[in-house]
Amino acid sequence: MSEKTLAALRPGQSGVVAGITAQGAVKRHFLDMGITKGVRVTVERIAPFGDPIAVRLRGYSLSLRREEAAKIELEGDHNAYAGNHR
Amino acid sequence: MRTLAIIGNPNSGKTTLFNRLTGSNQHVGNWPGVTVDRKTGTIHHKDKQVALTDLPGIYSLSPYTQEEIIAREYVLSDELDGILNIVDASNLERNLYLTMQLIALGLPMIVALNFIDDVENLDIHIDCEKMSRRLGVPVYPISARRGLGMEPLLDAVVDEQMPAPAFQPAYLHGVGAAFRRGAEILADTDIRPCSRPFYAAKLLEDDPQIVSHVTLTPAQRTELDALADALSAHDIGHDHEMMFADAKYDYIETIVADTVTRPAKPVLTTTEKIDKIVINKWLAVPIFAAIMFLMFWSTFGPIGSAMNDALEYLIQGVLSPALETALLSAGASAWVVGLVCDGIIGGVGGVISFLPQIVLLFFWLSMLEDTGYLARIAFIMDTLLRRIGLSGKSFVPMLMGFGCTTPAVMAARTMENEKDRRMTIMLTPFMSCGAKLPVYGLIAGALFGANAGFVVISLYVFGIAMSILVGFLFKRTVFRDVSSGFVLELPPYRLPTFKGTVRGMWEKAKDFITKAGTIIFLMSIVIWLLQNFTPALAAAATPETSILGVFGRFIAPVFKPLGFGEWQAAVALLTGIVAKEAVVSTMSVLYGAAGDAALGGILAGVFTPAAGYAFLIFILLYMPCTSAFATMKRELGGWKWAIGSAAFQTCLAWLAAFVVYHIALLF
Repeated sequence: MSEKTLAALRPGQSGVVAGITAQGAVKRHFLDMGITKGVRVTVERIAPFGDPIAVRLRGYSLSLRREEAAKIELEGDHNAYAGNHR
Repeated sequence: MRTLAIIGNPNSGKTTLFNRLTGSNQHVGNWPGVTVDRKTGTIHHKDKQVALTDLPGIYSLSPYTQEEIIAREYVLSDELDGILNIVDASNLERNLYLTMQLIALGLPMIVALNFIDDVENLDIHIDCEKMSRRLGVPVYPISARRGLGMEPLLDAVVDEQMPAPAFQPAYLHGVGAAFRRGAEILADTDIRPCSRPFYAAKLLEDDPQIVSHVTLTPAQRTELDALADALSAHDIGHDHEMMFADAKYDYIETIVADTVTRPAKPVLTTTEKIDKIVINKWLAVPIFAAIMFLMFWSTFGPIGSAMNDALEYLIQGVLSPALETALLSAGASAWVVGLVCDGIIGGVGGVISFLPQIVLLFFWLSMLEDTGYLARIAFIMDTLLRRIGLSGKSFVPMLMGFGCTTPAVMAARTMENEKDRRMTIMLTPFMSCGAKLPVYGLIAGALFGANAGFVVISLYVFGIAMSILVGFLFKRTVFRDVSSGFVLELPPYRLPTFKGTVRGMWEKAKDFITKAGTIIFLMSIVIWLLQNFTPALAAAATPETSILGVFGRFIAPVFKPLGFGEWQAAVALLTGIVAKEAVVSTMSVLYGAAGDAALGGILAGVFTPAAGYAFLIFILLYMPCTSAFATMKRELGGWKWAIGSAAFQTCLAWLAAFVVYHIALLF
């Protein structure tokens, strides 16, 4: 299991989802929104007051709180890069 | 007549398509037991008719929010003959996730690929024929907004031979095979044969509602368990729910890769460009503040007030006297004239005159929602509101509460989380509504002279402070635990259509007029009767001997510890329940004052400053007016909640006024 989660990424960085540690409704919501294994998620920006964050995946934008982002594990940190992935 | 349901993700243009297909042949009702609107309409096309039900926008058929439960129960019922699935072409992968679940239901189905114009503008091409073949379901490219592609879609919608999905998808990693096998296991049950793949998937996921709905023989149960175990062997460390979602998205990705051609160099969408500015770290808050200012200034400032005054003049200054003359010349007795002109027109008219402001407010709200900015407000404000147990989505309703509690409570509908929504509705009345301002003005002016402005502002601040305090309290008691999270789509910005906006405003206005015509109409009659008759049901010579007066004297002692034990104050508070501004008119009648200035003089003699301030605190916090109360009952889903929150607010008002009064006495 990798240690790195979506919450650790900075705006402009992206990573590939390795797994979800959330349970119940939050997990289901993640799955419904397309946060599944292997999908690339890019952090777009952080809200003015520091939370939540906005990410882009599967061609659309999603907002989620940091504590939720921390439940999304990313593949090894070598995959995080600053890029314009869409 | 065949019945179809239109199903799609939120922001997929579902309402626009529904309106375009059904035109004015619509009927709005309620789903049994819940407050979610149920819209049905009829499509007439080439001498054929089809009934269309508009389901709430949903991301999946997982029973998660109230709306998803409704949608799922409806599609699983026998009422449905087919599905019109609307898919946002600019957000294909996530939209097709719902499509895959709908396909598992096996019902006749077509896909309408909406916003095809937007996609083509981005130089993205979608091969719809190929997509039809890959999905096993006909796909029609459309633009509901511009009316493109409507003919072929309508032909397909009214076709009695609408096909069921040609095949069930062959998901990888053993998932597709497991669904097929699961459907075979369910062969002897009374589950609709075509929907067995869906049930099999849900049973394998251990979906509690489906599990309790379906009766399985022990043999079937064992076979399903074995199937589930075999699946687990494929992929250790993942549960079935995740595995199925992965498999579906993998499948969707291959379809999208096969059918969508994107330009080599991806262009930034308009939405991304706008977001760079609008929710930029530094500009987000100033832009937000400016939009809010514009919204409130236009609604409650000169424009809205002028419209309200004009309507009020028409009702009170033109309609009422004309009706009085007409009734008198027709030989109606004085009490009938009084009932009609003072009671009904006074009561209902007083509320109806708020209509322009309500419509304006809803114009702004529908703008915020339809453009996609509402989600950005939630994004910006979430952190601050979270501290008091609310979420970013609570902001707009709370803000509207400063105008009028009734539409504010209705605006909370945009929140999908039950807990957040209830809490928002219960806290909104603490935002001092516009109708309380005349009361503050009168009493503060009479008792505090030069400091009146400061006193009024302190009341607004007190209300906000109270909502924060109560928010903290609720967060730790009534609404503990259930942190639903804040996973919110930031939808693409879109220009609202003129037709859609006007239609939305008209629906809100109709809602409001209906309510004024029913509940407020009745309340006005009742209050007028109570004001004009004695307990022995004779005409009351003075207000003091009327039922209301007697009752006022009976309850007045309750307010004695707060410094205002006079029966007039008690009665004024009672009529304030009908409408807050009625406190002023009631007092002026009961004290027999001619004009606000004279009333101020009298009040200065009756109230001490401490008692006056306590009275204002009570007005600020006690239960909202009947209009807001009725709305709360409807939106909270029952009398229990509405009465409970009204009782809570009134008790809190008493307590706060008591504390304030006694602290004020120390100075």
